Amino acid sequence: MALTYDLARAPDLSAFLKRRDGGSPTLELLVKGARCASCLSKIEREAAAVGGVESARLNLTSGKLTVAFRSAQGADPAAVIAAVEAAGYPATPYDPGQAALAHDKEGRRLILCLAVAAFGAMNSMMFTVPLWAGLFGQELGPATRTFMQWWSALVATPCALYAGMPFFESAWRSLRARRANMDVPISIGVILTLAISFSETILGGPDAYFDAAVSLLFLLLIGRWLDHQLRAKARSAAADLLALQAPAATVLDGQGRERIKPLSDVAVGDEVLVRPGERIPVDGRVTAGVSELDNALLTGETAPVPVQEGELCRAGALNLSGLLRLTATARSEDSAVAAIARLVEAGAQAKSKYVRLADKASAIYVPVVHTAAALTFAGGWALGLGPREALLRAVAVLIITCPCALGLAVPAVQISASARLFRRGVLVKSGAALERLAEVDHVVFDKTGVLTEGKPRLLDAPTGLVATAAPLARASAHPLAKALAAEAGPGPAAIEVVEHPGQGVEGMIDGRRARLGRASFVGVSGETSGETEIWFGFEGDTKVRFRFTDALRPDAAQAIAALKARGLTVEVLSGDLSDPVARAAAAAGIEDWRAGLTPEGKSAAVDALKAQGRKVLMVGDGLNDAAALARAHAAIAPGTALDASQNAADLVFSGEGLMAVAQSVDTARVSRTRAMENFGFATLYNLVATPAAMFGLVNPFVAALAMSGSSLIVTLNALRLRSR
Amino acid sequence: MDLLIYLAPASVFLGAMGLFAFWWTLRNGQYEDPAGDAARILVDDPEDRPA
Repeated sequence: MALTYDLARAPDLSAFLKRRDGGSPTLELLVKGARCASCLSKIEREAAAVGGVESARLNLTSGKLTVAFRSAQGADPAAVIAAVEAAGYPATPYDPGQAALAHDKEGRRLILCLAVAAFGAMNSMMFTVPLWAGLFGQELGPATRTFMQWWSALVATPCALYAGMPFFESAWRSLRARRANMDVPISIGVILTLAISFSETILGGPDAYFDAAVSLLFLLLIGRWLDHQLRAKARSAAADLLALQAPAATVLDGQGRERIKPLSDVAVGDEVLVRPGERIPVDGRVTAGVSELDNALLTGETAPVPVQEGELCRAGALNLSGLLRLTATARSEDSAVAAIARLVEAGAQAKSKYVRLADKASAIYVPVVHTAAALTFAGGWALGLGPREALLRAVAVLIITCPCALGLAVPAVQISASARLFRRGVLVKSGAALERLAEVDHVVFDKTGVLTEGKPRLLDAPTGLVATAAPLARASAHPLAKALAAEAGPGPAAIEVVEHPGQGVEGMIDGRRARLGRASFVGVSGETSGETEIWFGFEGDTKVRFRFTDALRPDAAQAIAALKARGLTVEVLSGDLSDPVARAAAAAGIEDWRAGLTPEGKSAAVDALKAQGRKVLMVGDGLNDAAALARAHAAIAPGTALDASQNAADLVFSGEGLMAVAQSVDTARVSRTRAMENFGFATLYNLVATPAAMFGLVNPFVAALAMSGSSLIVTLNALRLRSR
Repeated sequence: MDLLIYLAPASVFLGAMGLFAFWWTLRNGQYEDPAGDAARILVDDPEDRPA
């Protein structure tokens, strides 16, 4: 899949220009490969040197180049792209849409809440430390104590109310939906703690937990923010991939010329062209062409739906087989669901039924802790404590059993794990993906493009013959001819070349007329011409055959052996013919293989394995794998895969090596072990701390120490993943 | 210990200044491109060069 726009195919990019308030247009480009200061200055210099450009600024972190033009008349996006590409960096117009923008807002809000909580925790701690000294019999008069408590309240309460808003809102939403999530006990705990601390302060008692309430929020917000960062990183990487492919539509203008437009600019009534393998950009009615649509991302049904003239297509459906011409019936924002968001979220949606580790844990945690707190209050009161003392103990139970381990343990582990994989070129789309990957016990590989390189390579042929045919091969764009030319290396090309579509190529080599192509075209009769061979011959001379094979990835056998060593069973499911599949499987060291499978066959095979109770990891790249990728327990796609497959996959690996699959499984397993260790530690901690709180052995100092101590241990344990 | 009456608000005020400064840097987009900011200091501006 080409990562750059074909400028010949998309001559008019002016639709990507954005108007600023001042009136001068700007262009956003996604630039690949910029790493250092010299890249940065080179790219900015080249872009700024283009006529009509006022300024160019590259964001090295996100790889986005913002180009401002002086006026709309002289603005030429194609010239800027050409200049940047000439400097050696592939550039693409970028139209991220509104989704990314809204997401960034959420991240900013979390970081601000985190800052406020940090300020509140530190400053209320400043007033709390003297109080702690008072707890241990140091000299602290009641007037000073009340003074300190009020200042602590003054700092902590507004901070806790502001920093707690994400939790309060989430808890309120889930209560309105008549469910209880993790944020409900957190909100109850924080509000109850603040309330009881106020009443203690007013009544002149020693036990005020203002600092505990806001430090609890601070620790929980760290976990929340880490989780958000992981998703945001994966999302922006996915959005970049999409920006290269999906959010532009090919629109035919009045004269029948093709223009590439950003999705948001496609108007009702526009004529849209959709090629096979592309997504339907907006809802529309077919005006010409016959094809099949894959609605898997829309409805979950994987069976292709045939469409013909007059029928409605919904945005997001994948055009499988034929060229379609549509009349848009809705704008992008009004289309069934906004296509971009759906593409990015698709993988998560398909697997949303999976219950995450932290949710499993909190399903046990919440009832146990609340029962313990209620028992403490009821029991304490019944056994002769005053209602105030009993309530204080119940609150101490709620505070000391702070769900920090649940809130922090898993995200901290998963962010370390995905950072480790990211350094090795593997993109993890979500934390849940890692949890599912750790559970797999069976791996299904696609053959073409996964076990193999997906490119034809010449089977042994005499060097002399290759050199003779090479000049003609160099002049052709056909994949097999290109492979032949690659084998021969650089050299002269044939002249007077004529390409015959679907047949072959004809031209002059050293004054002799030669042909390269299908058997019948070259002049061989009685031979069947397969997909993976081409014939070559001079006019009136003997004809020779070149055969090609799809070579295995260099480390395929090693990766399969590594997976088997980890106790996984391995299988190949391919849509290819039996013979090449058997050969590839044997070479890679895989005993089980099936060939000639349809896309439905593949997903049915995955379903059958699921029915047997196996947890399947699917590794695939093609359109025919997308359904199986979406249905498998976990899915990995190579970076060269089609966008549909990358969207259906949980992890995407770039780079040539298949060992990334084994490494991902390893990291996922280690991160599950770490998360389990963290839960084990949290359980142990609660088993000690809860009875202590019930029997009134906990004062505000012990609570603060235990809470931050447990969070620190959990985080340090997670960071062990990073160091290796 | 009466001094605490002045020192307590003063210290909270200093802390709040820090929080405000962080809010300002966040608003100002100073965390948008850490890699670029680190690299940019190495780029020679043509205007800065001696004639």
